[in-house]
Amino acid sequence: MALPERQTDIGPPDYRQFLPPVIEKNYGKWSHHEILTPGTMVHYAESGDKLFTVRVASPRLLATDSIRELCNFAEEYCDGYLRFTTRNNVEFLVSDESKLEPLVAALKEKGHMIGGIGPRVSNVIHTQGWVHCHSACTDASGLVKAIMDDLHEYFTTKALPNKVRLAVACCVNMCGAVHVSDIAVVAVHRKVPVINDDAVKKACEIPTTIASCPTSAIRPNPKEKSVTINEEKCMYCGNCFTVCPPIEIHNPEQDGVAIVVGGKIGSLRTDPKFSKLAIPFFYNEPPRWPKVVAAIRNILETYAKNAKKHERVGEWIERIGWEDFFKQTGIEFTFQHIDDFTFMRDTLRTSAAFKY
Amino acid sequence: MSGKHKTPMLDELEKGPFPSFITEIKKARNSSAMPEMADDELGQLEKSYNSKRGYWKHGGIVGVLGYGSGVIGRYSSLPDEYPGVAHFHTYRINQPSGFFYTSKALKEICDIWDKYGSGLTNMHGSTGDLVLLGTTTENLETLFAEYSSRGWDLGGSGSAMRTPSCCVGQARCEWAMIDTMDICNTVTQHFQDELHRPAYPYKIKNKISGCACDCVAAIARADISVIGTWKGDIQINQAEVKKYADSGMDIQSDVIDWCPTECMSFDGSSITIDNSQCNRCMHCITRMTKALKPGKERGASILVGSKAPIVVGSLLSWVIVPFMKMESPYEEYIELLENMIEWWDDNAKPRERIGELIEVKGMRPFLEAIGVDPQPQQVYEPRKDPFFFWSESDFA
Repeated sequence: MALPERQTDIGPPDYRQFLPPVIEKNYGKWSHHEILTPGTMVHYAESGDKLFTVRVASPRLLATDSIRELCNFAEEYCDGYLRFTTRNNVEFLVSDESKLEPLVAALKEKGHMIGGIGPRVSNVIHTQGWVHCHSACTDASGLVKAIMDDLHEYFTTKALPNKVRLAVACCVNMCGAVHVSDIAVVAVHRKVPVINDDAVKKACEIPTTIASCPTSAIRPNPKEKSVTINEEKCMYCGNCFTVCPPIEIHNPEQDGVAIVVGGKIGSLRTDPKFSKLAIPFFYNEPPRWPKVVAAIRNILETYAKNAKKHERVGEWIERIGWEDFFKQTGIEFTFQHIDDFTFMRDTLRTSAAFKY
Repeated sequence: MSGKHKTPMLDELEKGPFPSFITEIKKARNSSAMPEMADDELGQLEKSYNSKRGYWKHGGIVGVLGYGSGVIGRYSSLPDEYPGVAHFHTYRINQPSGFFYTSKALKEICDIWDKYGSGLTNMHGSTGDLVLLGTTTENLETLFAEYSSRGWDLGGSGSAMRTPSCCVGQARCEWAMIDTMDICNTVTQHFQDELHRPAYPYKIKNKISGCACDCVAAIARADISVIGTWKGDIQINQAEVKKYADSGMDIQSDVIDWCPTECMSFDGSSITIDNSQCNRCMHCITRMTKALKPGKERGASILVGSKAPIVVGSLLSWVIVPFMKMESPYEEYIELLENMIEWWDDNAKPRERIGELIEVKGMRPFLEAIGVDPQPQQVYEPRKDPFFFWSESDFA
């Protein structure tokens, strides 16, 4: 069968064709919104029109049949209109108020998790992991599933002092927003890569490989037409592996994950912040990583109990001080917590005023 | 179909209330014309869960004719054991602005994907694309013909302009100071060649958020970050302020006490704001959305440089242009984008992001190259040390 004629450089389809009429009519003229339940909200237009939104959790990795099922809900209750959020939640856009409750009931009946709006945990931003990535040293989807099974009430019902944004990255490339999340997991290596000289010789460009190292730990090995790594300088970032695959960074028994906390994107109240190291290492424990799940719950609940209303995790920690964060959470402080790389000068304390 | 692999580890992840990605992978076996793809994906993943390591090779160079990006080659390192995923390439579809769809459009995408791919998707990838996971090299041209003829182009990958992305903006948010979806669409259309044919030192990303809430994480995840803002006084509706107070909101402790510049006060019935001291952080507006609206002169702050840790640590974007009007067709913004990219393209080493290049070269050469004056809004504080450069132009 002949293929249809290909087109190039057409760009994405114009979004206007996918907007429900109530949005087309009130585009740029929204007045305010109200959160009705943890998973529903209503936006009021200046014209008086209303648009209801129902938000449900998604594993992000969706089979076509699941997308079709979401579409069927949209067709029955939303004239076929739906969208996804920047955190990969699914949102149903309901123009007809009488269809709101029936949609919620129908979604619940099919087991969908409705929630994620307001001062709660929303969908977790995460990366591909072992499902589909060559540089993964953990499985992002599995961690997310295990963490959210444990924290599901903070998505569907329970309120927190403010929103808590979770993320999981399966290596330090961080294709998710781990470096600016309230609580996040990032997979790390801990061992110097092993070099297969024969394969390096055949597959790699030596100058590029040397240049890839941020700590200048890689030197040429002219005898083998390969490279050597200065073990004292290597911090296991894996960038050399990315440009030269025969430099094997993976070490299944010694790879694992770290937990970072206190990152924030918005400028509300305080400036955006990077996440900082809370716990330097857990071994990978598939399929459910119980120690990681418990550690995240501990941090979340200590925050929930002690933060003031409106404080994000990072704002709470900055108010009480990191020394008090370690005390309140019972997390051990180690050599790994003290920055000896680019942020050392900014992070060492230069004051005699601190807490015990 | 039922699978040929036993997956006791993965089956554990079908339990519990959060939707299961394992259930999704199993489901894809029922709809795809190539059920062995999802099935061998499961088999290989079960092996990873046992051995604690992945089995994917580095991406190879695959793509469609005339393009250098949009398809990411992915091959199993165990093709004999898992032939269904011997080829398992990623096909990135450039998403529509704001991730809005009709069911008709999505179902059409699904029908084509089931015919020529694994039936697995990511809705959506980290950059914003609608990601189709798992197809073969021989199906790529067919997929491209099917999708592009229906209006769906490929997204970016490799050392190219990456697919721009934005928040929901004025489609459904009262705080969107700029038309994020239109800006995103306009920029994407303008840079089609740069998006599809990698010609840069490395990737460059552009994200557009309508306000300082920054729902698309522009400040953290885009080399060039656009964040909506305003000039002028916050608009106060005192009648609505009173309604919030009457409804039981503690305006003092929920709003006033959190103002970072202490520019607000509440006397029990009305709010006063010293707008000259407001830093437009958005806390008060988000807490009293009916009573407080941003000022009337709308535009955006342009920030530059953010990226994830590889290689010398993460960066958040730095303020470069404190305020720019953002009105269609966005000529001023597009010209600035082109100038910034040109300076980076001319000066960067391979795999050097624009933020890293600014660190190496200094902010002055960058600002001079793009014609932006030094302004106190660009820094938290001036330099602390006495070592600073002078250039000949300073003596003129």
